[in-house]
Amino acid sequence: MGHTISEKILLSHTDKKDIKPGEFIEANVDLALGNDITAPLAIAEFKKVCVIDAPGRIGSAGVPLSAGTVPSKVFDRKKVVLVPDHFAPAKDLKSANQCRILADFAKEQKIENYFEVGCMGIEHALLPEKGLVGPGDLVIGADSHTCTYGALGAYASGVGSTDLARAFIDGKCWFKVPRSIKFVYTGKLNKWVGGKDLILYTIGKIGVDGALYRVMEFSGEVIRRLPIDDRFAMCNMAIEAGARAGIIEPDDITFEYMREVVGSGGSRAAKYKKFSNLRSDKDAVYERAYEWDVSKLEPLVACPHLPSNVKFASELKNVELNQVVIGSCTNGRISDLRVAAKILKGKKVKSGLRLIVFPATQKIYLEAVKEGFAQVFVEAGGVFSTPTCGPCLGGHMGILTAGEVCLATTNRNFIGRMGSPQSFVYLSNPAVAAASAIKGRITHPDAI
Amino acid sequence: MIIKGKVHKLGDDINTDDIIAAKYLVSTDARELGKHCLESIRPDFTGKVSAGDIIVAGKNFGCGSSREHAPLAIKGCGIQAVIAKSFAGIFFRNAINIGLPFLESTEVDAIQEGDLLEIDLSNGIIKNLTQNRNYSAQAFPKFLQEIIMAGGLMSWVTKKKDCQGTVPCGDSPL
Repeated sequence: MGHTISEKILLSHTDKKDIKPGEFIEANVDLALGNDITAPLAIAEFKKVCVIDAPGRIGSAGVPLSAGTVPSKVFDRKKVVLVPDHFAPAKDLKSANQCRILADFAKEQKIENYFEVGCMGIEHALLPEKGLVGPGDLVIGADSHTCTYGALGAYASGVGSTDLARAFIDGKCWFKVPRSIKFVYTGKLNKWVGGKDLILYTIGKIGVDGALYRVMEFSGEVIRRLPIDDRFAMCNMAIEAGARAGIIEPDDITFEYMREVVGSGGSRAAKYKKFSNLRSDKDAVYERAYEWDVSKLEPLVACPHLPSNVKFASELKNVELNQVVIGSCTNGRISDLRVAAKILKGKKVKSGLRLIVFPATQKIYLEAVKEGFAQVFVEAGGVFSTPTCGPCLGGHMGILTAGEVCLATTNRNFIGRMGSPQSFVYLSNPAVAAASAIKGRITHPDAI
Repeated sequence: MIIKGKVHKLGDDINTDDIIAAKYLVSTDARELGKHCLESIRPDFTGKVSAGDIIVAGKNFGCGSSREHAPLAIKGCGIQAVIAKSFAGIFFRNAINIGLPFLESTEVDAIQEGDLLEIDLSNGIIKNLTQNRNYSAQAFPKFLQEIIMAGGLMSWVTKKKDCQGTVPCGDSPL
């Protein structure tokens, strides 16, 4: 029997001959990721375990090491990634302490891929941009939006801190091989409609547990034409339907992006090139399949307090806003800022409304400055922030107080997600967010 | 293992932001986190919990973020076990990995707030002592039972053959 792309990736990271959905496996991961919220717990767990060093080995001071005296070494310092991005730049003393734990551990373990403020970005935009993930990879991250990397044809899944601590030891993680659900999108997308709308549409159809413990495999002619940034936005929100991963078979668009980030020579480029034919088999088994013609789809908005509570932006013109947030691991990439800047150019945000734009990485930040977007946002009356996860999870840089209403290009609108439990969060694509910032209420971009 | 406690009933799709809001994620201490468990949606929750109580919830419990602080907060406020119709994937892993007892049962609708339950984790039988009824829960697959029996993922890993050079040594690695 054939395999889905997810099953193939999982299988290739085990020593097994075959795997079946439902089976528990232990697999070797290519990358293990943590941030300033999840890694401190993982590091504490890891430090409870000591490695008995090889007998007679001499320590750096020339003294032989005895059992239990050596701090554990991570399984592979090149395969651990630490990004202080949630409460960084540190919002207060306690978060400064958490960031410090990452910095110290990275130094002690000589971890190459530790990204200090200044090189930092929101992890799920940063890792692809740095060429650290690609087709065929098996990635775990102690962050639920790790599923973003499925956009490149990787199997990437969010785990907890203890999973990360365990991966630090031996580079392995346990998985229950998930069943896959196939989503086929046909037709041609309207103007202003992109990956964010496709995933909101999908979650609206199947619900926040519609893909519980499953993989969402996105396919069809619409996906084949979909730009990489939109693919990231789609796979990013697979978790909002309960999925263990979202994935898209790699194609020319994927490999064009990979060439951009890893170049065309070198070992990484060679590694990923091997996966140019990584596809689900024709006789692969899916638990379910959906096929939707999305030609008539219009920009969507998820209303409080679930990402599945989806309505057309045009139906919500009476929703008045206090704040608009454009950014995050879902929609903080350069194409997101480009569309927002296009709409905001020469315009002003509604008096009394706060517009907060936060590019996802330093590279995107610089591109936005060079292309003049930063100027557009500031001249429109918005703020242009350093990369951080802050506003999205109610951490810092844009907290809502009781009764306030926000439209954000982020991924969750749970009760209290961005601050007060009495505040309201709506989710949309960047074009709707920019148009809404001008009007002060939820607005279809055509109205500008 | 037998767990006996009073029920606190919750609905569907209880997410990890509900369980522990992001503003408290500057701590990794279970007791500290426990003080704010479910604060956003049930401000009086922790005040009503006695040590050993049980949460009974609907579908998709623990959806949202990967924060292990969520099961830690539940443990930290004195809750001994969670029963739900279904659990979100990452919460499920985290609960297994840190040893928070939980059971999946489709029969939770019959259980009421304040009921006294007795759960036998070895066979998944839930006795409702208040209503004098029994419910069955999904038994854990062998692989997960091994991790649970070992006392969580880290103990399980360090006891495994391929990690023979690695031993747990408490809180003082140096």
